[in-house]
Amino acid sequence: MTKRHLEPILWLLFSGGGVVAAVFLPILVVLFGLAIPLGLVQPDYNHLHAVVSHWLTRLVLLGLVVLMLFHWAHRFRYTLHDGLQLRSEVPIAVLCYGGALLGSLATLVIVLTL
Amino acid sequence: MSAPITYRQPVSRLWWLRKRTYFLFVLRELSSIFVAWFAVFLMIMVVAIGRSEASYQNFLNWAASPVVIVINVVALAFLILHTVTWFVLTPQAMVVRGPGSRRALATKEVNVAGRWVPAATAVRVGGRLPAAAVIASQYAGLLVVSAFIAWLVLR
Repeated sequence: MTKRHLEPILWLLFSGGGVVAAVFLPILVVLFGLAIPLGLVQPDYNHLHAVVSHWLTRLVLLGLVVLMLFHWAHRFRYTLHDGLQLRSEVPIAVLCYGGALLGSLATLVIVLTL
Repeated sequence: MSAPITYRQPVSRLWWLRKRTYFLFVLRELSSIFVAWFAVFLMIMVVAIGRSEASYQNFLNWAASPVVIVINVVALAFLILHTVTWFVLTPQAMVVRGPGSRRALATKEVNVAGRWVPAATAVRVGGRLPAAAVIASQYAGLLVVSAFIAWLVLR
């Protein structure tokens, strides 16, 4: 029964995460995953620190990361289930949503203590 | 949950290699791994920035290592696939109505004490935006967000 009530919420988190991943991630990967580590652009540390410490940035980061983690959990659950034909539904769901929940809590702690 | 016990046609674990569309579907589903990867990557970076300049430098050294760069190049390819496919799916998953829409009265069956009776309800009709307009507006949003983030980080 609980599963039936949770399903729409999980689907909502999945689609919310899909939207923010589609809109925010390409530029974030280009900047922080490639351009900055490769030294193509070198933003000043103090500037980055100021941006990341701002309460609005922390709030946005929390929202983005939580949604993206649940997006992963929901989609990966079905990838294992349909793609790899793994039929152990409960352990897969616990692993995926449990992982997303743990990651969300860790993110909450990080943005609160930054 | 009590599933009925019925015969289920066995499906090969490699069913998705049979057709190009199946393969693309699985690639699209796999993009979620990179969504999670980059969420974790971002938080590692945020923790490093929050600690000190030295730990940010350590993070940069790690992020510049060949393995991490290769992972992020692959991640970028999968995330572009995610963005493109997600934008295409949006107008199929939801109806977006433009200024041409209006409210209309309709009836809907509701259950009152076990009996289904008609009740008045309002729905929006007309003005549905064509799929191309919905997709274009999402790309416009992507551009605005990307430009803002680049400006915020690099100014």
